[in-house]
Amino acid sequence: MTIRTSLLLVLAFSTASARAQDEDLLRSVQDSTPRKEYVTSAFKSSRVIMTHSIEMLRPGVLDFRILHRFGPVNGGARELFGLDGPASVRLGLDYGISKDFTVGLGRSTYLKELDAFLKYRLIQQATGPRAAPLSVVLAGGMTVKTGRWTDPSRKDYFSSRVGYYGQLIAGRKFSERFTLQIVPTIVHQNLVINNADDNDIFALGAGARLKVSKRVALTADYHHVFNPNSPFFHDPLSLGIDIETGGHVFQLHFTNAVGMNERVYLNETYNDWGKGDVQFGFNISRAFQLKKRK
Amino acid sequence: MAHQTIRPVLMAALLSASCLTATAQRYFTKSGHIDFSSKAALENIRAVNKSVTCVLDTKTGAVQFSVLMKGFSFEKALMQEHFNENYVESDKFPKAEFRGTITNNGEIDYSKPGSYTVNVKGLLTIHGVTKPVETSGTIQVGDGAIQASASFQVLVSDYRISIPAVVRDNVSNTIRIQVSTRLEPLSK
Repeated sequence: MTIRTSLLLVLAFSTASARAQDEDLLRSVQDSTPRKEYVTSAFKSSRVIMTHSIEMLRPGVLDFRILHRFGPVNGGARELFGLDGPASVRLGLDYGISKDFTVGLGRSTYLKELDAFLKYRLIQQATGPRAAPLSVVLAGGMTVKTGRWTDPSRKDYFSSRVGYYGQLIAGRKFSERFTLQIVPTIVHQNLVINNADDNDIFALGAGARLKVSKRVALTADYHHVFNPNSPFFHDPLSLGIDIETGGHVFQLHFTNAVGMNERVYLNETYNDWGKGDVQFGFNISRAFQLKKRK
Repeated sequence: MAHQTIRPVLMAALLSASCLTATAQRYFTKSGHIDFSSKAALENIRAVNKSVTCVLDTKTGAVQFSVLMKGFSFEKALMQEHFNENYVESDKFPKAEFRGTITNNGEIDYSKPGSYTVNVKGLLTIHGVTKPVETSGTIQVGDGAIQASASFQVLVSDYRISIPAVVRDNVSNTIRIQVSTRLEPLSK
């Protein structure tokens, strides 16, 4: 009987020490105070398809962007559904100066137009203390047509070739899969075609992303222009799919916009989705880390 | 009869005394280092985390680690984004943890400075998957602090993390993990 009690005691102690090993030691040192956490990766790329997204480039990252639109799909089989061209291309370089500040340059084949922009993030969506329900980004740019001057009745002033745009991008990553942003934009052109045309046009856009897998997402990008200058203008709409492979993001899409900067697609989109007047296109984004991180 | 009753009492006294003298001496840090590296045909990837939490119980040999996945920093920003977004899914699985024991803890004299080779065995949880891990490491007992370090390999595929075929030459399935911590007494 006494041997049994001693055995029991030994047993009791050995289980006690076994329990000590299973004990959650980490809990004793971890502080449970919630921390502010930024919401990241709302979009795969810094553009939804044609529009700036709430996503910024990381500091020191150079993003080489090749934007390419084939000819209209309704050209039929003879034109291989637009793949024979004529193609419209914009080559661009964007650079992340800081976490909240990106600059970029681009040149489009359409009107041989140059464009440059500044993009600044005012608010980044965050959770925890001092949370922010959405991200707010300002983007502003300037465009210059560098093609041959075609209007002999006017003098070719540099200023006549210049346009500007400004936009506010407000967006929220609602869930891991779904992000939505709205984009009010104003575009100013120094010179317009007709006397009655507005120099300033106003648009309200929306962009969305729905992730279907870790590396693939569906995207949509639309703008409504309130005061278009041409009766043949159609609101630009792009529907696409983002595919990410390592250092590249491929944005395959269909769009009725031929031009690829804000001034063009909000002023000179004459193709009509309703008539199948759309083009197949792709954007390729290739990121290079120029500044090494520590 | 008399000495028979004394035995259990003595044993109990001895046992409780040994427990009291070795009062759960715990050491910890919140700034331990973990770095991991992948060596593939086209690319070497390395990431470092300098805010690893670790607690060591010198009495039981229990050792536990916890690390926030978002705290790993990479040379390229895009790698870091892909790591969090596509591989370890940090929003879903914010932490990696290790809970284990030093199996030869009895051989370590924590009361005087010295270096010991230790064997550690336990469970490693990454990406919501828990797998047994066994490795050897080093414990250096210093004045008022303990330096603990280890290096081991894991297979990415063991933790339900898939590497797409297109980046198979950039990301290796074998990851070398190096742990280095300086632990200080936990006063509580």
